[in-house]
Amino acid sequence: MNTIKIMGTDDTPTVILDAENEVFEISGRSLPEDVTAFYEPIIRWLDDYATSPNAKTIFTFKLVYFNTASSKLLLDILMKLEQMHEDGKEMLIRWYYPEDDEDMQEAGEEYADIVDVPFEQVSYTLN
Amino acid sequence: MDKKNVRGFLEFVYDFYKSMKAHEITLVYEGEITHQITKAFTSLTESNMAKEEESNTVQKKVFHVMVECLQNISKHADSFGSDDFLFAGRGIFMVSKGDVEYHVTTGNVIENTKIEELTRILEHINLLDKEGLKQLYKTQMREGRLSEKGGAGLGFIDIARKTGRKLDFHFLSIDEENSFFILTSTISRTE
Repeated sequence: MNTIKIMGTDDTPTVILDAENEVFEISGRSLPEDVTAFYEPIIRWLDDYATSPNAKTIFTFKLVYFNTASSKLLLDILMKLEQMHEDGKEMLIRWYYPEDDEDMQEAGEEYADIVDVPFEQVSYTLN
Repeated sequence: MDKKNVRGFLEFVYDFYKSMKAHEITLVYEGEITHQITKAFTSLTESNMAKEEESNTVQKKVFHVMVECLQNISKHADSFGSDDFLFAGRGIFMVSKGDVEYHVTTGNVIENTKIEELTRILEHINLLDKEGLKQLYKTQMREGRLSEKGGAGLGFIDIARKTGRKLDFHFLSIDEENSFFILTSTISRTE
């Protein structure tokens, strides 16, 4: 299976989707000029991955900022993961938030409410 | 310009400067709102706030509100005057900073036929408390579709949530077809 490695910029997140090495991560800032175009290959990759996922998938979100348009696409990603979980694959979402960022923590809680998939909140200190 | 016009122009520049100072405006722009403009304004405001040692919470709130306001104009502002599409996606954008709060103000032309729908959306948001806004955001995220312009009706809800205040909006009539839509978002500096 292909891997996706997108280096982050000041308006797009770093995305690593590497099934072989078991790395699934979206981090950084997300306010792309065209959200749909940016996330489309990621959604497509997940559709592919869903056909034969690893026995266990730990998916990391470590975002410091995302705009409302991105929030909708992030939910689409989470719903793909929820589907794999429903299909009997072990799935864990790790939602990282800067320890002083209540809004990012709350965003994680909201996603956890919406999707039915094991969800872990992890706080960290920004350097 | 002849002498008289030069004089008038110079006075205009000085008056403009004075009224910007009087309204504590730190940034003002009129024109097309592009992605590049959005990036430039947010990073300029970010670095100003960092220099002034504004708290992280306030910085983040101002950043969120600015991005959503700018995207509202770029996606929804209507053209004004005949069929000149060049005027779509344009508007005025201002940031002002007082002792206790920041104001982010946007103004753009909107077709009168859209006012009723927009008013309904904004008034509905203004009826909700914190928990209600959260529920609405979740519902809208789940059920709302990204329009071809990329909006999902989430921006206004996010502004209300981030500022913790009612949306302060007005429509000024331009003519039979158009109005000017003004939205002011206020972020407290002391929270």
